[in-house]
Amino acid sequence: MQDNIKSSYQQLEQKSKYTNVFLRWFLYFVLILFASYFIFPLYVMVVTSLKTMEEIRQGTLLSWPSGLNFESWAVAWGGRGYGAGDTFLRPYFWNSIKMVVPAVFFSTFIGAMTGYVLTKWRFKGDSWVFLFLLFGCFIPFQAILLPMARTLGVLGISNSIIGLVLVHTVYGIPFTTLFFRNYYVSVPTELVKAARIDGAGFFKIFFKILLPISAPIIVVTVIWQFTQIWNDFLFGSTFSFGEAAPIQVALNNMVLSSTSVKEYNVDMASAIIAGVPTLIVYVLAGKYFIRGLTSGAVKG
Amino acid sequence: MKTLKIEDLSKNFGSTEVLRKINLEIDEGNFLVLLGPSGCGKSTLLNIIAGLETINEGNVFIDDYNVSKVEPKDRNIAMVFQSYALYPSMNVRENMIFGLKQAKTSKEKIEQQLEKVSKFLQVDQLLERKPSQLSGGQRQRVAIGRALVREPRIFLFDEPLSNLDAKLRVEMRREIKKLHQQLKTTVVYVTHDQTEAMSLGTRIAIMNHGVIQQNDTPENIYNRPSNTFVADFIGSPSMNLIKGSLKESSGEISFTASGSNFEIPVKGYEFKDKSNLNNKEVFFGIRPEHIYFKKSNESDFEINLRADLSEYIGHEQIMTFDYANQEILAKFPSTIKIELAKETKLYFDLTQISLFDAQTEERI
Repeated sequence: MQDNIKSSYQQLEQKSKYTNVFLRWFLYFVLILFASYFIFPLYVMVVTSLKTMEEIRQGTLLSWPSGLNFESWAVAWGGRGYGAGDTFLRPYFWNSIKMVVPAVFFSTFIGAMTGYVLTKWRFKGDSWVFLFLLFGCFIPFQAILLPMARTLGVLGISNSIIGLVLVHTVYGIPFTTLFFRNYYVSVPTELVKAARIDGAGFFKIFFKILLPISAPIIVVTVIWQFTQIWNDFLFGSTFSFGEAAPIQVALNNMVLSSTSVKEYNVDMASAIIAGVPTLIVYVLAGKYFIRGLTSGAVKG
Repeated sequence: MKTLKIEDLSKNFGSTEVLRKINLEIDEGNFLVLLGPSGCGKSTLLNIIAGLETINEGNVFIDDYNVSKVEPKDRNIAMVFQSYALYPSMNVRENMIFGLKQAKTSKEKIEQQLEKVSKFLQVDQLLERKPSQLSGGQRQRVAIGRALVREPRIFLFDEPLSNLDAKLRVEMRREIKKLHQQLKTTVVYVTHDQTEAMSLGTRIAIMNHGVIQQNDTPENIYNRPSNTFVADFIGSPSMNLIKGSLKESSGEISFTASGSNFEIPVKGYEFKDKSNLNNKEVFFGIRPEHIYFKKSNESDFEINLRADLSEYIGHEQIMTFDYANQEILAKFPSTIKIELAKETKLYFDLTQISLFDAQTEERI
């Protein structure tokens, strides 16, 4: 009887071992499948950008390049060096930087300030203000094109980088406010009370006490805003053209308006260049994000 | 001169009345505890004293000066919060001197104060640490230290011990008591814990629904509760309130519980007003600890009650008896054996009773 039970347990143990091994391998198989599915477009882009036009015409989409040929990257970044009609990314890249840095800074700062007021200096009707700000998150881009164009015209900053900074800042405030408000709600209001008794005023409390513990939410907001603004095409193409265009507009012009042969290698290199900054922000800030979360600095 | 005086103070948030006509005075060096259930307005009152909340009506005086419109930092007060509210990004030193720096105190004076207070509270080894690296008790000490360095006229404590575990709470309670004995600064202390209130306060103000129910010494709060709310709120288990009526015949006043015709003489009771006592509907209040198993005073009143329930809690036991269909709780040492469902001879200590008007619920 005893031996019977023992052997049946052994059988079950053996069986569950096989099942576990099988499931584990199946799991890896599925994960690798999905991972390659996601990495595939990037692979094609990188590989194509490193090929010459000759190779592209003769080889297949997946074939390996003959060598590390960065010529198309140079063309995408700096052009071929002849005059009119030569579109390349360098000036527009700097346009985008000049647009994205102040826009991210101002929208984040204003969002932090608004979130601070809405949680720590409550006033009559503050929840209505927040509600209306939230509406801003749901307004589609297209709906504000005409009024915004008119506004920029009246202000005399249409077709300029300053104009784009303004548009992106204003459009970003609802989102940044939402982030900061939800973060500051969890910060005990007693901190503010203690600081008031200690004699700190509105701005001192914000800069000395709340801002130093806001690193995690600042990183989240910066990632969000940077990605939104850098990748934006609609506002860029509507409110700017020619010299003042951001990189996404230039990329579009480059790829669509070439009159001669389609240079796939240059197109791919350009697309990667246009996408790299967001990747960098994710990689760099993502680390700080995790660090900020784990330091547990918020709970007093 | 009163260190703190509150005059006809009212406060409402929108249409909700939080405080109603509060009047309160504290003499120099007193330890006043504001005690009450949650939502009774005690924390709001403390915030108003601190200047963190505005007043709708009435005035707050500190040292006879009307501070109703004075900024918190200029009121010469310091506050210790429930969540400690230490600034997370600053270390202990910066936390403690933040207020002094805001007040533009001289460097030497700051250092001097910091050294004195941190030694006193034994946090001088922790000065470079961040709040997140401190234990609950250490945080509490630093929070008190931050208040101490400012040498305030009045200390305000907002439930400072309720975040600590039970053992640490008792320790810190003793430390706060010691602190007050040494410094003799005026303290206003908010809590919902009656043990804290009883052991710390030189005076206790019991609040309910935004009204002060009784403002008295701990002894009087316990022995002579001014209404049924106070009687019920203080003590564990709380005071037995037996419903019944008074009877007056030939100068002798006695109490009869409703549904019974057994008379308890209350001639020793100090009535506020001796008139119109006959047939008055009252609550007869007696604390569980004032019901004895053995006769201990000549005046103890003998009564037979049926034991219904026994709750053993280690050093003592709480027995539930039936008195004319009303439950009566009594507390005995756990060494006494009482049989359930049987009449037991008990003794009421009639020197310790309270009588309340059944309509107004006020002490008579």
